[in-house]
Amino acid sequence: MGFNWRYLVAIIGIAAVAAMALTKLYSVPPQPVSGPNFAFSKPSDQGTYVVAIEPETTPVKQGELHSWIVTVKTPDGKPVESAKITVSGGMPAHGHGLPTSPEVTDHLGEGRYRVEGVKFSMAGLWELKFAISAPQGDDQAVFNLML
Amino acid sequence: MSRRRYLTFLPAALALSALLGCKPVPFTEAEKKAVASLSLSSLPPLPADPSNRYADEPAAAALGATLFFDQRLSRNGDVACSTCHLADRQFQDDRPLGVGISTTSRRTMPLADVARSPFLFWDGRRDSLWAQALGPLEDAREHGGTRAAYAHFVKDNFAARYAPIFGPLPDLSDVPASASPLGGETEKVAWAAMSEAQQEAVNRVFADIGKAIAAFERSIVHEKTRFDRFAEAVASGVEPEGDAALTDEEFAGLRLFVGKANCIECHNGPRFTDDHFHNTGIPPADGLSEDLGRQAGVAQVLADPFNCLGLYSDAAPEACKELRFMVKSGPELRRAYKTPSLRGVADRPPYMHAGQIPTLEAVVDHYARAPKSREGKSEVVPLKLSESERAALVAFLKTLSN
Repeated sequence: MGFNWRYLVAIIGIAAVAAMALTKLYSVPPQPVSGPNFAFSKPSDQGTYVVAIEPETTPVKQGELHSWIVTVKTPDGKPVESAKITVSGGMPAHGHGLPTSPEVTDHLGEGRYRVEGVKFSMAGLWELKFAISAPQGDDQAVFNLML
Repeated sequence: MSRRRYLTFLPAALALSALLGCKPVPFTEAEKKAVASLSLSSLPPLPADPSNRYADEPAAAALGATLFFDQRLSRNGDVACSTCHLADRQFQDDRPLGVGISTTSRRTMPLADVARSPFLFWDGRRDSLWAQALGPLEDAREHGGTRAAYAHFVKDNFAARYAPIFGPLPDLSDVPASASPLGGETEKVAWAAMSEAQQEAVNRVFADIGKAIAAFERSIVHEKTRFDRFAEAVASGVEPEGDAALTDEEFAGLRLFVGKANCIECHNGPRFTDDHFHNTGIPPADGLSEDLGRQAGVAQVLADPFNCLGLYSDAAPEACKELRFMVKSGPELRRAYKTPSLRGVADRPPYMHAGQIPTLEAVVDHYARAPKSREGKSEVVPLKLSESERAALVAFLKTLSN
């Protein structure tokens, strides 16, 4: 008896169906192609300020308190020295805020401010919002971070 | 069976084995990273406790161990820390609610690596291990004693061990036998009649008792389990062998844990906790009075004279970052409770802050159903999980025990 090629075709066919089923079972959802902007320096929402942020110690570790330096300048590069800055944020995908209440604890001069008490309690996409109030006006800058 | 008949069944058999008995597809890089982040080998060294300068002194830990097991440290002479924190039961008691002198309103927490928690108790009403230890000592339902009685007790029984660590004991000759701002009416009156210097002297000995117990508790740590051996093999790119090899069901459970079921959102890091507080819609336990969870805990830790910023803390104020930058208000605090570690979880039912849920299967069901919270808003969203997925999650959780 010779080999029946129909069986081979059937095997390949069913294996293909099984492979598709497995892919569906185990695949992870596709990642978005155009992600959020991860720049650490940007104009504030209304363009009143240029805001830059930088962690004071790297790497930023999940679950540990750390501090950031926020630099506020006018669009023409002059440091803003008397800004009142409040910090908020959270995880937009999970609908929760920051696990702590970070605060500006020091004005370092040259438009630089120290923000203490930042914590990211899980991996993923976080938002840090800096609401800035100074003689030039009220504005805010929102930064995205991937942990 | 003829060869022809055999060949007829072969394709069906192959398809079936591919769908049912197959080896799961290997982890993605993201999954590998998540698994490694949960491994005990990712745990950094235990940080110092700046609020307790005796935290890492062996003599303090030895005295703390003695006190932890000493039943005389109670109103009726029958209750020690170890009454609820049983050393051979992960330092918990298997009961829905802890029982000291009488029944409390909370599930006893296990103690492994508890020194790493920035806030203690289910509602985080204390901000250090030593401040935590003082709470049950004066709670009428737990040890039921008073700080003045404990100071006398230490002076009468442990003066020789206390002094080399903490310095000479104060003169307690004019201090009442029992007095506390948190005691019964006569004890409150007795406390109020004491001079400020006497009160401070008693508070200091009381805080030192807590600091010694905390020094001992710092030595209670998690041990590696099958999951850690599996995770280490995955991280080093070798095939897990022996008990480190997870079954297909356990593997599927782990994949759900870090993926679709998103347990890792809160149960993250090598201790499987984010040390944070969440409203997950757990219903209040029957018969207990109103319990607002973290909302009440925040007010209590701020008011605690033994907190990191208080007179009896050894920390400089700038070191008290967890307390200074904690979230102090907001709707998310209402009925929010601390994320417990999941290490050893399969061996210690019942679950939740008042032991409301009897089995792990029922816990998984709660999170899949995501019922609304009685008060405040639950952070949990409903999730469709099949019977086999639920079983897989439970199977995985069992790999966190030895």
